[in-house]
Amino acid sequence: MATHAGLAHHFDDIEQQREAGTLGMWAFLVTEVMFFGGLFLAYILYRSKYPTEFAVASNSLNVTMGFINTLVLICSSLTMALAVYFSQIGNRRLITVFLLLTMVLGTTFLVVKGFEYHEKYVEHHVPVRFPTYEFKWEPHGSDHAGAHEASSLAVDTGRVEMFFWLYFAMTGVHALHMIIGLGILTTLVIMTRRGRFTPEYHSPVELSGLYWHFVDIVWIFLFPLLYLIGAHLHR
Amino acid sequence: MREHIVSPKVYFAVFTALAVLTVVTWSVAKLDLGFLNVVVALTIAVIKATLVVLYFMHVRWSSRLTWVFVCTGFFWLAIMVALTLSDYLTRGWLTIAP
Repeated sequence: MATHAGLAHHFDDIEQQREAGTLGMWAFLVTEVMFFGGLFLAYILYRSKYPTEFAVASNSLNVTMGFINTLVLICSSLTMALAVYFSQIGNRRLITVFLLLTMVLGTTFLVVKGFEYHEKYVEHHVPVRFPTYEFKWEPHGSDHAGAHEASSLAVDTGRVEMFFWLYFAMTGVHALHMIIGLGILTTLVIMTRRGRFTPEYHSPVELSGLYWHFVDIVWIFLFPLLYLIGAHLHR
Repeated sequence: MREHIVSPKVYFAVFTALAVLTVVTWSVAKLDLGFLNVVVALTIAVIKATLVVLYFMHVRWSSRLTWVFVCTGFFWLAIMVALTLSDYLTRGWLTIAP
């Protein structure tokens, strides 16, 4: 095997290097599974203790926005997979195009998330207690004639707050991963423009793809767990 | 081991499946199925995650050692959840004298 500009001296050949890179990335992703796993475990425990509050609180989230964001993220995984494909066949222009598309979709996700956070902020659903702002849970719609099903259930405010604490912690950490992902993609675009990737050497694109898809998987679980558990209650 | 290049057709097929499953999970969630709601939602989520891992993340064509790493992650997660729940969910089962 001919030496390659991207081959580090401690590897026998480029295939061994790629294999080692993939394994290393997966070792990191396993730690990420455990990291998010802790939050998911906290969610499972509190939800099993407070099913009513979690359903009612979940019902106040904007399911349409969550649904749109799920599709946006799946699209971004597709464009990322295609960027990896074009790095494998060595089409530099299309790597850039699909990396940029992935970044646009990732940014779209964060903007939608921002609108959702703002909505929650205005509704006083952010679980903090400051002199100027504090968490409030008022069963909306109780003043209307014919109280809504979701609002008529008796709930404990502290337990509802726990749902929102988990909501902000889980989506917040997920959004942080998206922001880091956007930084990685920016680096990849610059590296692509400088002609650093060839069909033989494109590990950074491939491994960043693994990271991006992993973040997508986290959302695949967050969407039903946070948004859909109260969807059968009528607002 | 030579790198396996996955055809874009496969990516588009997986993408379509993921999009359809997202619509399905949203539609089913509107129905009140009792405890089955969470079972259906999580089953669909696991199917979607498996599709992403196998095809988008190329694990289907990766080495056996990569398989071991991937399975280890989810296996350890299962241990953490199972052992913790075996504590919390069974606390009310025994009445211990004060």
